[in-house]
Amino acid sequence: MGIVSHNLVRRRQLGSLFRVLFLAATLVGVVLLALLLVEVLRHGLGWLNLQFLTSYPSRFPQQAGIKAALWGTIWLIALTAVFSIPIGIGAAIYLEEYARRGWLSTVIEINISNLAGTPSIVYGILGLAIFVRWLGLGRSLLAGALTMSLLILPVTILAAREALRAVPASIRLASFALGATQWQTVRHHVLPAALPGILTGVILSLSRAIGETAPLVMLGALMYVAFTPRGPMDPFSALPLQIFNWSSRPQAEFFGLAAAAIIVLLAVLLTMNAAAILIRYRSQKKLRW
Amino acid sequence: MATYAVPGGSATRLTAKRKRRWREQMIQAVLFLCALLSVGTTLSIIWILIREVWAFFGEISPLAFLLGTRWTPLVEPRSFGVLPLVCGTMLVVVGAALVSIPLGLASGIYLSEYASNRVRGLLKPILEILAGVPTVVYGYFALTFVTPLLVRIVPSTQVFNAASASIVVGIMVLPMIASLCDDALRAVPRSLRDAGYALGATDLEVATEIVLPGALSGVLASFVLAISRAIGETMAVALAAGATPKLTLNPLESIQTMTAYIVQVSLGDTPSGSLEYRTIFAVGLLLFVMTLSMNLLANRILRRFREVYD
Repeated sequence: MGIVSHNLVRRRQLGSLFRVLFLAATLVGVVLLALLLVEVLRHGLGWLNLQFLTSYPSRFPQQAGIKAALWGTIWLIALTAVFSIPIGIGAAIYLEEYARRGWLSTVIEINISNLAGTPSIVYGILGLAIFVRWLGLGRSLLAGALTMSLLILPVTILAAREALRAVPASIRLASFALGATQWQTVRHHVLPAALPGILTGVILSLSRAIGETAPLVMLGALMYVAFTPRGPMDPFSALPLQIFNWSSRPQAEFFGLAAAAIIVLLAVLLTMNAAAILIRYRSQKKLRW
Repeated sequence: MATYAVPGGSATRLTAKRKRRWREQMIQAVLFLCALLSVGTTLSIIWILIREVWAFFGEISPLAFLLGTRWTPLVEPRSFGVLPLVCGTMLVVVGAALVSIPLGLASGIYLSEYASNRVRGLLKPILEILAGVPTVVYGYFALTFVTPLLVRIVPSTQVFNAASASIVVGIMVLPMIASLCDDALRAVPRSLRDAGYALGATDLEVATEIVLPGALSGVLASFVLAISRAIGETMAVALAAGATPKLTLNPLESIQTMTAYIVQVSLGDTPSGSLEYRTIFAVGLLLFVMTLSMNLLANRILRRFREVYD
């Protein structure tokens, strides 16, 4: 009896020790995020002002700014959205609503999950060979946006499929029972019901494209651009690229500039994330089934 | 759909129906093409890599590439042995795994087994934000925070070093492991936990001896996926790990990974079609093969060791 209770005390002590350890491990992530934000704000806030947002990059840190990079990123994401949203949703609709179970849909599915795990720099190599050289698009926004679209397509498809899957079968059956065709059912019933979920997924995958750097480096997007793009065939820079360029310089002033650009980038990303969370939250409140 | 007589059927209604069916098929075809594009992407990646690598191997023998221990493709005397780059990548990956696997698994266990719903609802979004921070930002963090810290602890640390890069890559993949482990652990049914408690097990014993073995496939798969991501991670290592390919096991030295090499070449102006230009495809193919086999391995683990609960 004595041994058992002694043993039990030890087991309980071990249990609470590990409870604390597990909690501590989880908090490491939180602390690291806080540390990263504090570090960036500490270095960057001093550089962040209106002039920084409205100037072109310069050899002189005091005069340098992110105007070209910011506009490049806005163009890039807008074009990427144009390509990736319809194709991503289309593929998701096919796989969820049309495809019969068979070897072909299995191949497509395995393929998509593998593509989601392919390093972004490999997409950069693909974009360089196909869009920049073979199609002759050069180092243009269009080449960048097409590469980014291919990069985020797997994530978009996975998110859109999940949203479509959450629509209950009864809605489709009711529509079929009233004589609607497959497309009418999808277009008028499934898609509207899944829209908030799809939108959330689309925003999150686009926010991934905003932060991607490696593919743009591969494409040869420019680091020094002293103009804002006027059309999809113009050369461009982008925020993460500018951050990379400034971070790889030895002078401390450029680290400050990099930090200021990171603040802008993170602000954009957090806004998009917040929008996604808001959409998800509001649609959950409106759910009728 | 059978062709039966439409009630009150007239020729116009029949053509309307035929038109509609044609439209339906067109739409299905278009949607199918969207789905097929992903297969096309994979095939073009493979085709492009192999085409250029074929030309590369025309000049450099595959054995000299895969087993050579000197990588100096950009300076004379040129040598094309890829092992130093692989060694650099492995150094970063092992370091990242040492950071992220214990922390990620522990976080996953805490989130799934210990955290109340409120705490969970607070921690999960924070981890999601951590996962959404762009990799170039982690590179900046490595240079301005982690490296100076390392230098203060071990003064002989070089400005660019593998340790700093592996720490931030570890931080980067930590949320992914935590979230995948959390999902896997939560998929283990409540009844198994209750059975454990009924036999007098403590929280820890239930978590580590019942739930963890039950979710083993998902947990292992998350490790493999994280390693695959660490292999392909680019910007953080390009900024923090250096540009000196060498065979070393010392994490405090400057090294070069496969991805960082590809970045280095594309930052310069290498004429297309030259041997230097083709090296990025050779290294890219090796990278693609490595991550692809890791991803397939994770898939296999998930299928092979899955415990099915109903």
